[in-house]
Amino acid sequence: MSDTPAIELRKINKRFGSVHANKDIDLVVGKGSIHGIIGENGAGKSTLMSILYGFYQADDGDILVNGNKVIIPDSKAAIGLGIGMVHQHFMLVDNFSVLENVVLGAEDSQMLSGGLARARTELKRLEEEYELRVDPDALIQDLPVGLQQRVEILKALYRSAEVLILDEPTGVLTPAEADHLFKILEVLKNEGKTVLLITHKLREIMAATDTVSVMRRGEMVATRETKNTSMEELAELMVGRSVLLRVDKKPAEAKAPVMEVENLTVTDSRGVQVVKDVSFNVRAGEIVGIAGVSGNGQSELLETLSGIRRATKGTLKINGETIDLGTSTLDAADMRAKNMGHVPEDRHRMGLINSFAEYENSILGYHRDPAYSKGWLMDLAAIRKNAVAEIEKYDIRPPSPMLKTANFSGGNQQKIVLAREIERDPEVLLVGQPTRGVDIGAIEFIHRRIVELRDEGKGILLVSVELDEIRALSDRVLVMFDGRIVGERGANAEEGELGLLMAGVEDNNKNAAEGGAR
Amino acid sequence: MSAGQLPRWVDYGLIPFLNLVAAFLVSGLVVILIGENPLDAVKVLIWGSVGYAEGFGFTLFYATNFIFTGLAVAVAFHAGLFNIGGEGQAYIGGLGVAFACLALDQYVPWYVILPFAIVGSAVAGAAWAFIPAWLQAKRGSHVVITTIMFNYISFSLMVYLLANVLKKPGSMQPETRTFEEAGRLPFLNDLFPSFGFGYAPVNLSLFVALAACVLVWLLIWRTKLGYEIRSFGANATAAVYAGISPVRTIIITMLISGGLAGMMAINEIMGSQHRLLIDFVTGYGFVGIAVALMGRAHPVGIILASILFGMLYQGGAELSFEMPNITRDMIIVIQGLVILFAGALEHMFRPTIVRLFTPSRALAAKEA
Amino acid sequence: MFESIILILDSTVRVSTPLLLACLAGLYSERSGVVDIGLEGKMLGAAFGAGAVAYLTANAWLGLLAGIAVSIGLGLLHGFASITNRGNQIVSGVAINFLAAGLTALLGQTWFRQGGRTPSLPEGGRFREIVWPFAEQLRDVPVIGPLYSELLSGHNLLVYCAFLAVPLTWWVLFRSRFGLRLRAVGENPAAVDTAGISVTWLRYRAVIACGALCGFAGSYLSIAAGSGFGVNMTAGQGFMALAALIFAKWRPVNAMFACLLFGFLDASGTRMQGVEFPVIGELPLQVFQALPYVLTVILLAGFIGKAIPPKAAGVPYLKERS
Repeated sequence: MSDTPAIELRKINKRFGSVHANKDIDLVVGKGSIHGIIGENGAGKSTLMSILYGFYQADDGDILVNGNKVIIPDSKAAIGLGIGMVHQHFMLVDNFSVLENVVLGAEDSQMLSGGLARARTELKRLEEEYELRVDPDALIQDLPVGLQQRVEILKALYRSAEVLILDEPTGVLTPAEADHLFKILEVLKNEGKTVLLITHKLREIMAATDTVSVMRRGEMVATRETKNTSMEELAELMVGRSVLLRVDKKPAEAKAPVMEVENLTVTDSRGVQVVKDVSFNVRAGEIVGIAGVSGNGQSELLETLSGIRRATKGTLKINGETIDLGTSTLDAADMRAKNMGHVPEDRHRMGLINSFAEYENSILGYHRDPAYSKGWLMDLAAIRKNAVAEIEKYDIRPPSPMLKTANFSGGNQQKIVLAREIERDPEVLLVGQPTRGVDIGAIEFIHRRIVELRDEGKGILLVSVELDEIRALSDRVLVMFDGRIVGERGANAEEGELGLLMAGVEDNNKNAAEGGAR
Repeated sequence: MSAGQLPRWVDYGLIPFLNLVAAFLVSGLVVILIGENPLDAVKVLIWGSVGYAEGFGFTLFYATNFIFTGLAVAVAFHAGLFNIGGEGQAYIGGLGVAFACLALDQYVPWYVILPFAIVGSAVAGAAWAFIPAWLQAKRGSHVVITTIMFNYISFSLMVYLLANVLKKPGSMQPETRTFEEAGRLPFLNDLFPSFGFGYAPVNLSLFVALAACVLVWLLIWRTKLGYEIRSFGANATAAVYAGISPVRTIIITMLISGGLAGMMAINEIMGSQHRLLIDFVTGYGFVGIAVALMGRAHPVGIILASILFGMLYQGGAELSFEMPNITRDMIIVIQGLVILFAGALEHMFRPTIVRLFTPSRALAAKEA
Repeated sequence: MFESIILILDSTVRVSTPLLLACLAGLYSERSGVVDIGLEGKMLGAAFGAGAVAYLTANAWLGLLAGIAVSIGLGLLHGFASITNRGNQIVSGVAINFLAAGLTALLGQTWFRQGGRTPSLPEGGRFREIVWPFAEQLRDVPVIGPLYSELLSGHNLLVYCAFLAVPLTWWVLFRSRFGLRLRAVGENPAAVDTAGISVTWLRYRAVIACGALCGFAGSYLSIAAGSGFGVNMTAGQGFMALAALIFAKWRPVNAMFACLLFGFLDASGTRMQGVEFPVIGELPLQVFQALPYVLTVILLAGFIGKAIPPKAAGVPYLKERS
């Protein structure tokens, strides 16, 4: 390690509208080290790296590369400074060969042949030097994601990157592939390259980095030598102690199961199993929380149960009826008819039609309910009356049913969705990320409402990546990792313990998990 | 970041108005380019199209066509689909009208035939939209491309049918026999002689078109199906979340759209030509795109835009008579400019307007 | 029999030429992710520009340049609407078709007063047939004679340009840096952007290339195959070229075969009148006219192979969150 840091950031600030994504960020990355940056979703890690790679410009602050102050107006400039980036979503052209992807943007001359030939030799050299083996003539679309990522790394190295940024590189990798990646990073380090590893997974930080910086809510809160810290400390730093969510609730009086899921397996469009043989139940009068780092199958689980996504196999018992999810053609409307409400994880993409007025959104999914129809036509008076009632009950502001939902704040938008789903009196309510992008006041209201629903004897399945939220609301916690339920804990589960489970650390308490998940 | 909500009058009034102004300013430049005075041209155009009753009758006649094809494009727009096949669907719709008239005109009066003609044209137009719809819904083949292909297929099909199957025995003309009196819709001039529409072919199908506007308005904004169509068009993911079937929505919407386009044939075939002949659509289907864009896919807007385009058609004819330099092709240029400014370049003025109108309002809403 | 086959093939080549040029034009645009249903309008504009200038200057080359200029101008308009303003590419294409149809006829009437047509071209205003060496002498040699003298020799320059444009386009697309980037931006513009290449400028270059080739296609109609511009003389050939592009699955060599097939259907259609086919009997002309579109629809339906357009086609590029 030489003395001049490879990268130094001083007082970097970046705002998106009213969101202060990066606040006075200082960061020093030593040459020839693997430096991890960890933080929860939305902590500002990706924004910071996009600034370093020239995708965004900082509002103020300085960037120093090898001790020299630089300005990075675009990706081209970043590449010129020896900065390479492996994006979370690969920037590869699927129907191009590996070689063509590597050469794109670094072709040498107008003619391709020269550049391709040079790249072929260079790839061979890189392959030997860094043990990055990949067939240069294979098409990207035929390669497994692990190899695609390798191509991204090769792209950066081909452009003689000295600093390599990897943004959530293991999100799409299996644990084995991830381990392989870390070996590669180790080799890169030994060859003198500097690696910046962006992740929200503690295990990776511990396994792969020399130094780790923790980000929280747009701020850099700490930097540690990895060998001098622990997962527990990092988890605490990531979450912070400032917002302790407390929800007043009595112990659950759970009754018979209202929803039973057995052996559910879901495969996504790429053919990857995202939910693997999952079984659990939700009883009347309890909140079952599913904890887990995002991307571990929770979203797909919710979408499958709500009828949006098809399962490969598995059964669902609801309303005393057994449904074979592997063969059923039930859609979201059918699932609603079985008294299942669904507050989706992403209200903008799914829960609301933001170009519609509030009152129109207040019946989305329930528009076929005869209560809202008069003969052939929709009964607008009834719909608006209902919307006004919900606005009042949920204190939605501004109280104007004619306003487009795009013009409500995040918290009020979420209340619109919640009101719609809860007020139809479902037996089972699926809730995904109920307070993402929601202000503190609304969070409290939403949490209270969910608990009230529980106390009315309904079964609630709560998916959240906010551990605080899971702990505050759940009567039982299931932890999902890599598509499986890897553990079950009671209402007062320790945060550190859940964090370890979420990080994929083996469950010492296996028996309890297996017993409980039944 | 949301685009912010504009007051309705800005969204449905000011922006279309600005687009229109831009289109007409450029049109004015074209008129100057060919050496005429644009203001004089406007005078002639307005006089020719609304200045006297017969001219206005022609304006309404053309507007009737545009209402149908404009509604057709608009309904598809609401589902996020671009039906560019109105031309072919209207053409095939002519078959439905002709079958009703040819089969019945010797037996029953026009008011008995009309419902059959309406159903016939709508079914024929819808049938022609069905395959593109099915391919879009089931196979993801882009409806824009398939409907273009179906336009050309319809041209060949109709020429073949008219030249070989449907033509009057002994005639060389590729057209059917002329319908009997009962197969013709009454001209408004015959119904309301006092209006003085003269020889203008505006006929009862104008009222069919207006009824279609009401029905489309009810469909889109007052029925469950319309709600589903709009949901699917505005946010397909949310529509699936709401249990709305994309396949069903795409197919039904395209059938309605094709049916509306097909109904245009009532005005031309049963209302004016009184026989089925080749090339009677002559671009009305494409103009529907301009009408729908201009009318912001709302029936009221479509009626206004249709009258505007009717004025252009009729006034343009008058104009080419008064100022021979300005041929009827000027109308096509204006249509092109309207499509350009109201459609492809709609984002050009919008951000400025949004900036002008929203800061205080949107922020206030968000703070609340 | 052999004679008539040669004749059909000869007219196939003539009919295919504008299709091929327009098809390759569309290929550049769509490969870059810009859908272009304005090929028709650009061709028409070019045909008019070429016809008008060739008439005024009696110089076919200047006519060609004018045709290309008009077409590129319309292409830039499409680019301004769909790349810069991120407007709907279909709507923009429709607008261009309208503008071209209206303006050509209107200006044609204003300037030449022949009902929108341009007057017949003077000597020098047209691209003449090029007779290959020894074409006359070889004419009577069996088989080779007609092939050489009729089929290969005796076309105008633009016909040869069209067929040379096929290997050229192939080379540009698959062997040049521009081609690599062009193909990449049509599949994944973000990959191009992060590689430090401007998506906007790349797409503009594609639109310009498209305009240039459409310029050739339109000029061919008015100053090579015909002798002057006629109102709406493209008569849907731009859309036929679009169909051919889909049929060719956006590949240059396939494009040539697709255009030859479509041209062959057209050329043979007129000659097959009254010819009894075994089993099916006589086929009406309209079958031949509709067949290219029917075949394209069947292809789109995925029943014979699958036509997969460039992944980013029709989608304006927007940096996330910017």
